[in-house]
Amino acid sequence: MLHPLTLYRADPFALLRRFGETLDRMPFGTAAPAFPPLNLWQNEAAVAIVAEVPGVAPEDIEITVKDDVLTIAGQRQPPGLPQGAVWHRRERAFGRFTRIVRLPFSVDPSQVEARFANGVLTIALQRPEDQRPRRIEIKAG
Amino acid sequence: MNAEAEAGAVSPAATGAEPTRNVRIWRPLTDVVETAEGIVLMMEMPGVVADDVDITLERRVLTVRGRGSSPQPDRFRLVHLEFEPGDYERSFVLSEDFDAARIEAVLKDGVLTLRLPRAAEVQPSKIQVRAA
Repeated sequence: MLHPLTLYRADPFALLRRFGETLDRMPFGTAAPAFPPLNLWQNEAAVAIVAEVPGVAPEDIEITVKDDVLTIAGQRQPPGLPQGAVWHRRERAFGRFTRIVRLPFSVDPSQVEARFANGVLTIALQRPEDQRPRRIEIKAG
Repeated sequence: MNAEAEAGAVSPAATGAEPTRNVRIWRPLTDVVETAEGIVLMMEMPGVVADDVDITLERRVLTVRGRGSSPQPDRFRLVHLEFEPGDYERSFVLSEDFDAARIEAVLKDGVLTLRLPRAAEVQPSKIQVRAA
């Protein structure tokens, strides 16, 4: 097998960093991972949050924003099964969930947009115009 | 993929070659329930659209594949990662014969529900013993 170090010869710390990233993704501990799992993207004017919420109807999700705190709450409904059904394997979880996320900056609550498609929730939050970083022109003289 | 199509390249599926994608393959969390009619499987596949699900039943092996989508927002940088979008794949060995033609699959809100009714010919039948 090709040793990974040969691939990252230019950056001696790349392998170490990769190892660190791998460790970050490992599910340590016995606690159940938080639901829903979130990915957070940002730039200087906006934040985008992508959450995996399979099996949750969009009407069962409640999103609230105050200043720089975003709350995603909802309920995962167990499937409706006929009488006499026998469970062979149960890997999915059901019940209420809440996640509170502190955003990197305060957002404008009137400019929050949430979309839901195929069990993936995407929330786009805008930073108020007057709080965005401004580029300062340097004058000559 | 679109760039390849524009260049006149033949898609891997058309040539019979294995389609490859540089994404992770996840094993979807699955609930298995037995009802009077057969088996119901519920698989969590967030980010998969119905057209990208491929279900095959070969002899007693049921294989489900889902092609996930991973939208990368433009002009954003990733600051926190808790899940990695990818494809889904899982196989199940069935204990008895199911009717492949009557398998029903519904994808809703990222959960694939598969209903596998038992084949009529495997229903128990009584064999008469004739006196010779």
